[in-house]
Amino acid sequence: MINKVIGVSGNMVSVEYTGEATMNEVCYIITGDKKLKSEVIRVKGNVADLQVFEMTSGISVGDTVEFSGDLLSVQLGPGLLGQVYDGLQNPLPELAEQCGFFLERGVYMAALDDEKEWEFNPTVEVGARLEAGEQIGFVKEGLFNHWIMVPFQLEGVLTIESIKEEGKYSLNDVLAEARDEKGNLHQLSMVFNWPVKRAIKTYAERLKPEETLITKLRIIDTFIPVAKGGTYCIPGPFGAGKTVLQQITSRYADADIIIIAACGERAGEVVETLKEFPELIDPKTGRSLMERTIIICNTSSMPVAAREASVYTAVTMAEYYRQMGLNVLLLADSTSRWAQAMREMSGRLEEIPGEEAFPAYLESLIAAFYERAGIVRLKSGDTGSVTIGGTVSPAGGNFEEPVTQATLKVVGAFHGLSQQRADARKYPAIHPLESWSKYEGIIDQQKTEYGRSVLFKGDEVGQMMKVVGEEGTSLDDYIIYLKSEFLDYVYIQQNSFDPVDAAVEPERQQHIYDIIIDILTARLDFDGKEEARSWFNRVRQNFLDYNGKKWNSDEFNDLEKTISELLDDKKIGVEADAESLWAGESRRG
Amino acid sequence: MQKVYSKIESISGNVITVKAAGVRYKELAVVGSRYGSSLAEVIRLKGDEVALQVFNGGRGVSTGDEVRFMGEPMKVSFSPNLLGRIFDGSGRPRDGGPELADTMVEIGGPSVNPAKRIIPRNMVRTGIPMIDVFNSLVESQKLPIFSVSGEPYNELLARIALQAEVDIIILGGMGLKYDDYLFFKDTLEKGGVMSRTVFFVHTASDPVVESLLVPDIALAVAEKFAIQDKRVLVLLTDMTNFADAMKEISITMEQVPSNRGYPGDLYTQLASRYEKAVDFEGSGSITILGVTTMPGDDVTHPVPDNTGYITEGQFYLRNGRIEPFGSLSRLKQLVNGDTRDDHRAIMDGMIKLYAAYKESLEKKSMGFKMSGWDEKLLTYGQLFEQEMMDLSVNIPLEDALDKGWEILGGCFEPEETGLRSDLIEKYYSSKV
Ligand SMILES: Nc1ncnc2c1ncn2[C@@H]1O[C@H](COP(=O)(O)OP(=O)(O)O)[C@@H](O)[C@H]1O
Ligand SMILES: [Mg+2]
Repeated sequence: MINKVIGVSGNMVSVEYTGEATMNEVCYIITGDKKLKSEVIRVKGNVADLQVFEMTSGISVGDTVEFSGDLLSVQLGPGLLGQVYDGLQNPLPELAEQCGFFLERGVYMAALDDEKEWEFNPTVEVGARLEAGEQIGFVKEGLFNHWIMVPFQLEGVLTIESIKEEGKYSLNDVLAEARDEKGNLHQLSMVFNWPVKRAIKTYAERLKPEETLITKLRIIDTFIPVAKGGTYCIPGPFGAGKTVLQQITSRYADADIIIIAACGERAGEVVETLKEFPELIDPKTGRSLMERTIIICNTSSMPVAAREASVYTAVTMAEYYRQMGLNVLLLADSTSRWAQAMREMSGRLEEIPGEEAFPAYLESLIAAFYERAGIVRLKSGDTGSVTIGGTVSPAGGNFEEPVTQATLKVVGAFHGLSQQRADARKYPAIHPLESWSKYEGIIDQQKTEYGRSVLFKGDEVGQMMKVVGEEGTSLDDYIIYLKSEFLDYVYIQQNSFDPVDAAVEPERQQHIYDIIIDILTARLDFDGKEEARSWFNRVRQNFLDYNGKKWNSDEFNDLEKTISELLDDKKIGVEADAESLWAGESRRG
Repeated sequence: MQKVYSKIESISGNVITVKAAGVRYKELAVVGSRYGSSLAEVIRLKGDEVALQVFNGGRGVSTGDEVRFMGEPMKVSFSPNLLGRIFDGSGRPRDGGPELADTMVEIGGPSVNPAKRIIPRNMVRTGIPMIDVFNSLVESQKLPIFSVSGEPYNELLARIALQAEVDIIILGGMGLKYDDYLFFKDTLEKGGVMSRTVFFVHTASDPVVESLLVPDIALAVAEKFAIQDKRVLVLLTDMTNFADAMKEISITMEQVPSNRGYPGDLYTQLASRYEKAVDFEGSGSITILGVTTMPGDDVTHPVPDNTGYITEGQFYLRNGRIEPFGSLSRLKQLVNGDTRDDHRAIMDGMIKLYAAYKESLEKKSMGFKMSGWDEKLLTYGQLFEQEMMDLSVNIPLEDALDKGWEILGGCFEPEETGLRSDLIEKYYSSKV
């Protein structure tokens, strides 16, 4: 079989081939002493167009191309956790050891260590009848029992004909033999490959995402929650706080495993994570955060085609761990760079462009990507989930652009970041009124609705004040305005650099939200606006200090008392629209 | 090994095609025309048809001109002999000095393995409160000045370059006005740093496409110095000219534009340059300060917009001042935690109050009665602009923080500042 390069344009290479070519097949372009990995993205007659996962300089017409016969795949097995991979699952620290400061092209390394030994515990016996995705045993990977499963691509029911005893084995050792219905014998080890662009579907059924995925950010958990197995997006102009928000989430979110897909953005941001996580201890487990994290890092100056692959690499690993009954959170920053990578290729392919030159199939690809999130009941009866949160980087900060719009159609929650809020240092700069979520949060909905209505009315009064001035605003309206500012300042805003305020447990959120509701619903007795403003300033001051104190510490309790005294001093009843809130509930204090 | 062809098949804009065999993608060629020779780079291969972008432009190129393929990509000489020298956009001497040919290094090389980067940790002190206090600059940061023509962005660039403690300064000029070129030269000479500076300057009168090489050449040289443990500061002005040159080529190549005529890979192209900013584990660093002029003063224009998504913040220079809104140093939190315990609080608190001042100002301009609170904010805003924002202010960070407390104390009661009690106790003193 002779396959030759006949054209090069950017990172696309056209190849005249003989024999067969498969869509998404991996090929190697042989140029000089290098073999450059690439993927078939179009076949037309005897010409295959490849996207090359490397810089294409030096490729010449006539260079030979090898077709591998395999689809672009990742290796799945124990040892993925804690790793830092590029978009094609090359381990970056190992590459650095071999090549030094720079990413040399054409160097590919095994994703998993095939020498390391793992303690295998069989869970089935000879004669067991299993389907793809079912467990034959497990190894201990850090905190988790890493299931060794029947490879997902095997069809039908397989009968176990032999299985190894408990003991130490390495990655490629045969642990079991299984015969399929057609009589073929398969050797099972700890590891197998799976093509990244195909969703893993070896589960019993998909469930509705209902349980809140706690992020420990008040605005999210209380007002615009995320669900385990759900999807959400964070669009925002540059500098509004998308990446910081994801970094915070990757630290504090209550998921078993976090997969970070650093897709086409700054390398420096990933470096922060990959240098800090090994040092950070997860209070829940007492282990380093890195042990529950995988980083897929294909930053903006790394090859564009590999950037396109990187989100699929990430989601495939997420699905893999979901198959073990774990809750996985995939954070992709930024999905727009992935979309742009597709746009670049589409342009090279000279496809008919859609809006802003994005390909016409953009929407369906975005939908298919988020569709890979979900909570599932496995064949074992356990449940596992993949939650996907993707940032979107809209051109010009305008949400009316193709990627944001296509994403909004498919996600379950929208955390829209606002430039104005970021400018005013109101972090996290999620817009509390424009954002939404279809999932259930940790606080009674009536109460969150009340808070939201205060924000809404406060915003209206604020707008009105811009027209009629403060003197043209009634005291009652002014108080609503102050209440909404107060809620914003002490609850919606959160200081991620404060050791206590950075992550707020659900109990604390519920506890302090009740105090806030007390204040928001109170009828307050003020002589005038000046008095009202200065009272709110004082309460705010105390509340800020309170937010910085350890849960249930003496200082915390003292400040709570001060706040409640301040309130008692001015409170003369409950707002009429709030009475139903307390109905059926015994009044506090 | 050089192949020579003497028939040019097509000439369109700055792109020519020839029929040739064995040519490599991104290979360099020399096009010899009646008006002198020019470098050209292979930008597409299609069968035996080779498309090249001609750095001196297509003007005057004739179908009978000779195209000589060099068999290798664009390279630049790297040695200490570069220091103190001035070159043009494609690396030829502009200062009358000798041509350099020792240790030729490839430009536009591979990107740094993220695993070999370290978290930046050294603050670059500039003496400018709007930078030091509110948006600290950090060694290895990549940060552009967003501005419009007429603003003193080149002056600001030069001022920071002189103040920063770096080993090597590399100036990459793209479409630089001749006066500005002379300004940089004079200023750096007077500042006594010329002997550790290299200029790669493409001026407004040079062929537009030639500016495409400037960032790659400047950064390739910077990279070599940096892995020799040098702290390098690269100044790139004006990156909008660079982007416009790219736009020109892509239109000639009939690529589908994504936004206002710019190619769909504008982001990737800009990122592959800016991402050269780095702090190498166990070695030197590259800091990039750029200028991005915003056509029509519009930050949503594709060039500033894509830039903002790539760089680690930006300084908005408007009316001769660095605007607090929109200006951002994304790396500030890496260094402002251990300067002084009030640094972060002052940084956020004063800006929040300044935002409130802007609202009061708006109300005032609409003729509303000013409340006592509004009056306080108005006084505060004016003081803030005079004592903090004015670019003539040149004081160390610590003095600027003290100045901040002085302004707060002069305008507000403690709880009006919105700052935490422990800091108030330590630093606040009322002068109301
Ligand atoms: N929650 C936050 N708390 C404090 N500062 C923040 C927060 N979010 C963002 N910032 C500031 O804004 C800068 C930009 O945020 P980033 O997340 O990188 O923006 P984006 O990814 O949207 O471009 C950060 O470097 C930081 O200085
Ligand atoms: Mg970001």
